[in-house]
Amino acid sequence: MSCDCCKKEKALEKLMRLEPEKTSQLVAFIDSLPLGQDVDVNRGHLIETLHKAQGIFGYLPQEVQQVISERLKITRSEIYGVISFYSYFTDKPIGRHKISVCCGTACFVKGSMRIVDEFKKQLNVQEGETTADLKFFLNVLRCVGACSLAPVVMVDDQVYGKVTPEMVSEILAKYRD
Amino acid sequence: MTLKTPSELNALKASLVQAVSDKVKILVSLGTCGLAAGGSKVLDAITAALEESDCAEKYEAVPVGCMGLCYCEPTIELRDGSGKAIIYGNVEPSQIPAILEAGLTSAAEGATVVERTWYYPEDENNKNKALQAKIALRNTGRINPERIEDYIIRDGYQALAKVLTSMKPDDVSQTVLDSNLRGRGGAGFPTGKKWQFAAAQPKGQKYMICNADEGDPGAFMDRAVLEGDPHSVLEAMTIGGYATGADTGIIYIRAEYPLAITRLRIAIDQARKMGFLGKNIFGSGFDFDIELKYGAGAFVCGEETALIHSVEGKRGEPTVKPPFPAIQGLWKHPTIVNNVETYANIPVIIRKGAAWFKTIGTTGSPGTKVFALAGKINRVGLVEVPMGTTLRDIVFKLGGGISKDRIFKAVQIGGPSGGCIAAKNLDTPIDYDTLKAIGAMMGSGGIIVMDEDDCMVDIARFFLEFTCDESCGKCTPCRIGNRRLYEMLTNICHGKGTPQTLVELRSLALVIKDTALCGLGQTSPNPVLSTMTNFMNEYEAHVNERRCPAGACARLIRFTINEKCIGCGVCAKNCPENAISGVTKKRHLIDQNKCIKCGICFQKCKFQAIDKQ
Repeated sequence: MSCDCCKKEKALEKLMRLEPEKTSQLVAFIDSLPLGQDVDVNRGHLIETLHKAQGIFGYLPQEVQQVISERLKITRSEIYGVISFYSYFTDKPIGRHKISVCCGTACFVKGSMRIVDEFKKQLNVQEGETTADLKFFLNVLRCVGACSLAPVVMVDDQVYGKVTPEMVSEILAKYRD
Repeated sequence: MTLKTPSELNALKASLVQAVSDKVKILVSLGTCGLAAGGSKVLDAITAALEESDCAEKYEAVPVGCMGLCYCEPTIELRDGSGKAIIYGNVEPSQIPAILEAGLTSAAEGATVVERTWYYPEDENNKNKALQAKIALRNTGRINPERIEDYIIRDGYQALAKVLTSMKPDDVSQTVLDSNLRGRGGAGFPTGKKWQFAAAQPKGQKYMICNADEGDPGAFMDRAVLEGDPHSVLEAMTIGGYATGADTGIIYIRAEYPLAITRLRIAIDQARKMGFLGKNIFGSGFDFDIELKYGAGAFVCGEETALIHSVEGKRGEPTVKPPFPAIQGLWKHPTIVNNVETYANIPVIIRKGAAWFKTIGTTGSPGTKVFALAGKINRVGLVEVPMGTTLRDIVFKLGGGISKDRIFKAVQIGGPSGGCIAAKNLDTPIDYDTLKAIGAMMGSGGIIVMDEDDCMVDIARFFLEFTCDESCGKCTPCRIGNRRLYEMLTNICHGKGTPQTLVELRSLALVIKDTALCGLGQTSPNPVLSTMTNFMNEYEAHVNERRCPAGACARLIRFTINEKCIGCGVCAKNCPENAISGVTKKRHLIDQNKCIKCGICFQKCKFQAIDKQ
């Protein structure tokens, strides 16, 4: 049986070895939080820590969850419960370019489902999946609030408005190096 | 500079008013949609033009939040001190020199002028004719949201000064209660009553939360307020803190609103520096500070108990009320959760009084409501109208009617919790109670307009799909019941429904309404029930005749070639499934077994020879 402090070293060490720069960023962020022995207080910082971690790593792999779990003194199972509950968090790596097709009501009545189908066909993936070459991640989201431009597609931070199925290949071409 | 007394605030305001230049202001709409449409390029072009020419003495560029004219972004407005103004829509950077040249004397040639007869942002001369009345959006699109001075000039933080120096906490709650301001988040609970509940709790830790987790598809008014006028929310939360005895405010905001987050952070910093947040505000001994918490993409977190759990760092699952959050909320302390738009009303109510507020709107629902117009409407955008305005005025006068001159069919109001309103109710004056009476709900105020091409069964199915996605899974009626509703609706759309399906659909919907745990679950069958009430004929056509009257349900459509066909072969060439056969110059034929109803032949045919049924 190893004691808790040894295990802590292991999870952190492993992540340090894999991603030294990113890990130190995450650890620095966690250290800046006013954490204590009170789990309720620590829990109040869990979601912002996950936001930060996903911002750094791009997703939330098990090693990252383990480090957060030890630092915040919250169980892995609870952290996984939170990650799986919120659609913003993902524990799987996603493609380099994130394609988000808005399927809010305004976009829906203007035919966004045809856009989704076209992306699915051209990329050969389903919603929420990454292409085999790790280039694109196809995502469907609910309303980005740009309803005047419906139907809307976002690729990374770029917004494309009034998209037609014919425009899909043009949009993709811009991101295929 | 820290302001310690109201007279210091007044002195600052007076000196700021003095310092206002008599230059013509060029307001550039830079909300999220303005930026997406290229608003920053327009601002750059204006700045460059002002630097190059001698116009700098005449003009001053002001970046502002959303003006509400989303359909013609990028939008700019030229106005002088007297209120004379011209608004341009769909502005191209290349048009800027001409616009500056023309000034306020005439409209610039080649640029699109937005007609002001329906959009009176603050036109005193036209108040009587104006359909809009701006309370929550009073500053949005009028001031630079990143300058606290702009807010102070327009009576900012005056209400806070008044409350802290001349009112008792109970008087504040009473004023809000007297105004009969109802929660703008959707359910319409009287805000003053909520505050009184929390105020009546023993002294100790209490919280004020601002619900900025705007999740309804098609609603973006909260984002507009936060991006365009963040200080009004901060001021109102502080007032609420004083009324209820809370010293901590939390704004729970969607992570998907990066611009609103940035502007809120700037506003909070500015307010702290000026002493509007922090210790001993205005020398009253009252302390209050605000922090931000981010949502992570869960619709149910708009429900107050779920939101509180999310702030605590847990899964955002709702819990049974009572205990109400005002009694036992965040970390078991009394907590007030109000929506952004509700807060935006508070400073004005305090400044002008409850009696003034009640002169606007209807008796049961005083004040105004912001609506986000979207869908098949000519002027997509944000409007704020007094309660009691009819849908006809909103859709046809403010919204400019249905796009492409199609026929109005319905509006969907209130997002996934709301309902569809048919043409026969267009003249109902809308407020919380009338909407409920016709089977819809105010919700957050998203209005999606639909025309004859939209199938109401398909729309109901769309909302149920949304609810199934977003159900947190805690209670059975919502988790399993909505899934079954969705399956039944899918069957109907695929032509597999029977009259019995309709009976079961309605009965299950009613059960879910009565038994689900939280507001999301209880209102989730509304789209089904309201479309069944108003558009039963469409449901019946689907199950009895296997026909979709709107031609939207792909599996129920049949494409056939009529006698107008001249046999050009364009349809056959474009058909992805090779389902069309025929000899050149002879009428072609579609093989219904191969047809995937993609509609390409219908679009490509130049001779109207293809019928869609």
